[in-house]
Amino acid sequence: MRRLSLTNLTALGLGLAFLYAPIAILVVYSFNASRLVTVWGGWSTRWYAALLEDQAMIDAALISLGIALVSAALATVLGTMAALALTRFARFRGRLLFAAMIYAPLVMPEVITGLSLLLLFVALDLDRGFFTVTIAHTTLTMCFVTVIVQSRLAGFDRSLEEAAMDLGCPPGRTFLAITLPLIMPGVIAGFLLAFSLSLDDLVIASFTTGPGATTLPIRIYSEVRLGVKPEINAICTILIAVVAVAVVAASLIGKSGETRPRGA
Amino acid sequence: MSASASRWAKVTALAPYLWLVAFFLVPFLIVLKISLSQTAIAQPPYLPVFDIAAGWQGVKDFVGGLSFANYLTLASDDLYLFSYLRSLTVATVATAILVLFGFPIAYAMARAPRRLRPLLVMLIVLPFWTSFLIRVYAWINILQRDGLLNEALSALGLIGQPVTWLATDTAVYIGLVYSYLPFMILPLYASLEKLDTTLLEAAADLGCPRWKAFWTVTVPLALPGLGAGALLCFIPIAGEFVIPDLLGGSDTTMIGQTLWTEFFANKDWPVASAVAVVLVTLLVGPIAIYQHLQAREIEGR
Repeated sequence: MRRLSLTNLTALGLGLAFLYAPIAILVVYSFNASRLVTVWGGWSTRWYAALLEDQAMIDAALISLGIALVSAALATVLGTMAALALTRFARFRGRLLFAAMIYAPLVMPEVITGLSLLLLFVALDLDRGFFTVTIAHTTLTMCFVTVIVQSRLAGFDRSLEEAAMDLGCPPGRTFLAITLPLIMPGVIAGFLLAFSLSLDDLVIASFTTGPGATTLPIRIYSEVRLGVKPEINAICTILIAVVAVAVVAASLIGKSGETRPRGA
Repeated sequence: MSASASRWAKVTALAPYLWLVAFFLVPFLIVLKISLSQTAIAQPPYLPVFDIAAGWQGVKDFVGGLSFANYLTLASDDLYLFSYLRSLTVATVATAILVLFGFPIAYAMARAPRRLRPLLVMLIVLPFWTSFLIRVYAWINILQRDGLLNEALSALGLIGQPVTWLATDTAVYIGLVYSYLPFMILPLYASLEKLDTTLLEAAADLGCPRWKAFWTVTVPLALPGLGAGALLCFIPIAGEFVIPDLLGGSDTTMIGQTLWTEFFANKDWPVASAVAVVLVTLLVGPIAIYQHLQAREIEGR
């Protein structure tokens, strides 16, 4: 087995340190007993206790979780359908526009997506709040789901589906019995990514939200603008933990799917 | 393709298609329309409002009410011009730094033992899943005046007085490189991992020095990944709001911040829309190239 050269090891070590050090510092300082951010006053969980008293923060967290769950579910269904359409059917009318609309939101600056959706909601005279943020997040995150499921579909053995159809299995049942179980790891990974993107989004939510639907990132942002606070370190640490658990779970699910031989 | 399969194609494509037309395409057309409107003290705060009940006369009034005044405002005020220029400069410089940082890391990942690679990929992806806002906030902890960076530097005796890091361009670049690094590394790694190492061995056997093999074999083969990574960073950075807002100074603003201010502080929706339309126009070329690379990567296997 080849070993890493010293240069390569250094590059990896420095790169990972750069990526993880700020997060590690944030997590450690969320357990700092001192109110002063830079003075270490010993270990404490007082800022987590303080969070429990902060009703506005808890409300924001609940709203964010609700939006993330609903939008991720919608995005997973729509994104998977889009991935199937794009992978399976090489030619259909409007395919080019379809692909463009899938890939553009992935890189489109959020201020533009946010502004354009808000103007749509205003034009439709919709009351802004939970519902509009959910639609906005679904639109953004379904494109990520599509890309993930598409890469899963790319290495997919279609002969199983054809066999089922040849034996008279209707397309709908073939999909449920054969296709869906095989692409499930991609679908679940897509759901989790959509969930964490929605939980994370500040800019699009700021444009599309209304009174009574302050999401967690909007709340955190308004606090962060006033400076560093230990309570914010604590809520950020909780969010990091939630996402880390979700990602590790997703990768384990993905792995269990990959270790099986292709198409088994 | 059988008739029933093609019917299924229509059914599966239809729902996401309609969704994206309704919530991605149509909103853009509305932005375009409002960028040609005038600010008004009304609800919604712009004129003309399309009045379908007025019939043909309504359409004529509507079209007659459109104007390019907002674009003239953008062209005549240096504020906007500087914002656009600054956004493009910052995005270019940040992308260049990202290539410099990302390439050695992606290269090392691709050279790592095969069984370690999935773990390394996960380690690079993990911070990307963590909230963007949290990652930027983490740097405020470090970069503020009495923050850890100044403490560490003065403990090492490198600086006598605290250095101002926050609200400087340095802080913006640190934040951008930090946040976008995984977007650069992953496409690059995907290209480098596929690279056939026998090509390098062949070059070495034929007496090609390693640095020359690197430039004539590795780099050209990594170009698609490099292009995808660079665009994946450049395009969103050009419209970035959170990072310059939290880490940058208030004297120079990027166009994402200008749009935000026009919309939220000045309540000037038509000018904000015009800013958005010009930004999209600037980014259409890079986005098209990115889509081409993305489609080839996913569908070309």
